[in-house]
Amino acid sequence: MVPVSYYLILSAILFSIGVGAFLIKRNIITIFMSIELMLNAVNLSFVAFANYWNQINHQFSGQIFVFFVMVVAAAEAAVGLAIIIALFRTRKTLNVDQVDLMKL
Amino acid sequence: MNGSMTVLRILPEIIFTLTGVAIMLIDPVMPKQASRKPLGWLAAFGALAALIASLYQYSLPVGTAYFGVVQTDAFSVFFHVLISGIILVSALVVLDAVHPDTESLGELFALMSFGAVGMLLMTSGVELLLVFIGLEISSISTYILAGFRRKTAKSPESALKYFLLGSFATAFFLYGIALTYGATGTTRITDIAAGLATSHALPIAVVGLAFIVIGLAFKVSAAPFHLWTPDVYEGAPSPIVGLMSTAPKAAAFAVLLRIAYEAFPQLQNHWMPLLWILAAVSMTIGNLGALRQKNVKRMLAYSSIAHAGYLLVAFTVLSTDGVAAASFYAVAYAVMNVGIFAVISHAGGYEDRLTLIEDYKGLAYRSPLLGGVMAFFLLSLIGIPFTGGFFGKFYVFAAAIHSGMIWLAIIGLLNSGIAVFYYLRVLTATYTKPMDSSPVLNVPRVSAPLCLAMALTVAVTLVLGIIPGRVLSMARHAAETFPVFSTQQTPVPGTASAVMAAINTKAR
Amino acid sequence: MQSHPYTWNYLPLLIQVVVAAGLGLAIVGLSWLIGRGRASKAKLDAYECGVPVEGDARGRFSVRFYMVAMLFILFDVEAVFMLPWAVIYRHLPVLTGSRMFGFWEMVVYLGFVVVGIFYVWKKGILDWTNDRGDL
Repeated sequence: MVPVSYYLILSAILFSIGVGAFLIKRNIITIFMSIELMLNAVNLSFVAFANYWNQINHQFSGQIFVFFVMVVAAAEAAVGLAIIIALFRTRKTLNVDQVDLMKL
Repeated sequence: MNGSMTVLRILPEIIFTLTGVAIMLIDPVMPKQASRKPLGWLAAFGALAALIASLYQYSLPVGTAYFGVVQTDAFSVFFHVLISGIILVSALVVLDAVHPDTESLGELFALMSFGAVGMLLMTSGVELLLVFIGLEISSISTYILAGFRRKTAKSPESALKYFLLGSFATAFFLYGIALTYGATGTTRITDIAAGLATSHALPIAVVGLAFIVIGLAFKVSAAPFHLWTPDVYEGAPSPIVGLMSTAPKAAAFAVLLRIAYEAFPQLQNHWMPLLWILAAVSMTIGNLGALRQKNVKRMLAYSSIAHAGYLLVAFTVLSTDGVAAASFYAVAYAVMNVGIFAVISHAGGYEDRLTLIEDYKGLAYRSPLLGGVMAFFLLSLIGIPFTGGFFGKFYVFAAAIHSGMIWLAIIGLLNSGIAVFYYLRVLTATYTKPMDSSPVLNVPRVSAPLCLAMALTVAVTLVLGIIPGRVLSMARHAAETFPVFSTQQTPVPGTASAVMAAINTKAR
Repeated sequence: MQSHPYTWNYLPLLIQVVVAAGLGLAIVGLSWLIGRGRASKAKLDAYECGVPVEGDARGRFSVRFYMVAMLFILFDVEAVFMLPWAVIYRHLPVLTGSRMFGFWEMVVYLGFVVVGIFYVWKKGILDWTNDRGDL
């Protein structure tokens, strides 16, 4: 049995990569991908915890969470890409540094 | 299970869903050139029906439905009423400000209704899964609404910033839920406290709680997670900003209250300092940021950050008074903010004709009604007596002082002083004689929906400022939902509970 | 149950990884060693046999492809919820305490999906010949 902590560490690493990429990357699509990575890292945590708790008290609601997170991620992808297209049409760029009409 | 009762527990949500679905079915079969105004009225009536249904829910006994995932109690119903009211006024404002030929206007009304469903579910959900879905329904709808003027340069940019940072926050919130689930073995808010008591992994729960707080702090735009707010408010259509600066925030605050007080009461010593810092930083950054803004919508964005800070002050109080003050403040802030955005949407229009503070020069001369209402809401935002803003601040700071948060109260009061300056700048501009070239000269005539919206918000603000007892008793009743406060303290003079006690004795 | 370490369960996987990598390397390596390496135009094409390649892969294509792909994702993911429902359908009367509750829940759910399809259809998104150019 792989200990649950292994999955959690992997999940934490993936989540951190997502956060790092979100902060560093300049291409909007890449930033968007890093958000998806974060969501899927969380999914991994959910599945690992669900397996862990299923053996203790049959509380595996984490698995159900994963279903809904996937659907939400798909909805977010659709809306996000639509927003990106709308932005590209008016601004002709996908670089966040050039999306700066409004500043402090 | 009792079928009819179950349906009644989510009646406002059902009404909003059906309204949205009806709009989605009618909109595509209407002729392309036809005015979409009837759809707007449909949305407004749906919101009104949901408002009545929410008020009706007060008569239901406290209880859960659908396998214990939604709970109707005084707390959730309180926020149901607030959010339905906000949607009602916003629909009226959109009807007034947006030209009926605007592209895909029907979709806008449908999205407002669907977003409302999400916000209502956030407040009544006691299962984190449902809260998460509600949060996403409301967020995704508002992302689209922010970018609704998609042919302009600013609106998609605003939507993109909102979307990216919003999803980022969602991921944090979700990770927090996952860690909480890992530590306690449950995702039901009401069971988490019990799970924590027996948990062997308390550090994981602490990290989970911190992530949940970060995620929600983004959503309520508390500093230092506020960076998106000014840009999003500047670029989004004004009628929508009135909605998205109030309703989703009220819902997120409700979630934060429920999670902090119902799920994590044992970790008080961990989250209390966190919220203390968030409150102090939000108030200061919000007010200092607002001082140097020239754009009215950006200024109001910073002011909304500051108001989120005042609200968070009430969170740190850890008593019924604190939750009651927070709920009361949420209502007061929401009403005056929706009200002022009603005026801004009308004067500036969907196309944002008036952006800078100077642009508002002479508004009161051009239209005394609009100028007067604008001035009234500005005074309420400052916190002048006889307005809702005054009692909101009063209860929050009174509760803070009584629980020994002297420093936080001092920071808050100093900030309220700073706030006077920037609100007065707009006020003086409104009452300055217009120049011949002033863009304010062609303000359109005030329409019936706008009159209704302004009358509603002004009336509620006056009620909150002159006879707050009734709303306060509702807020207090809402606060008593949380089991932590089952041991009642004796009322301290000047606080919400003292006012309540006085009202009760008078009633007897 | 098992006397050997847990990781041995993954032995077949390891073997497969080794075989797959070995096979790939062997094929590429052998053809590099044995092949004569005479390049001609047909050989260097993206597809050595089949339709000749036309145009550039980086050309722009209509945003309508994107619309259809997006709708596909949405409706595709909606089907996810039907699988767990179908798996426990027989137990639903006991689980929910009501005979038809589980059935009607799915009917309501599918109703929403149908409303979505209706909206998309009527808005003309599925109409490939409709060239309004402002999707």
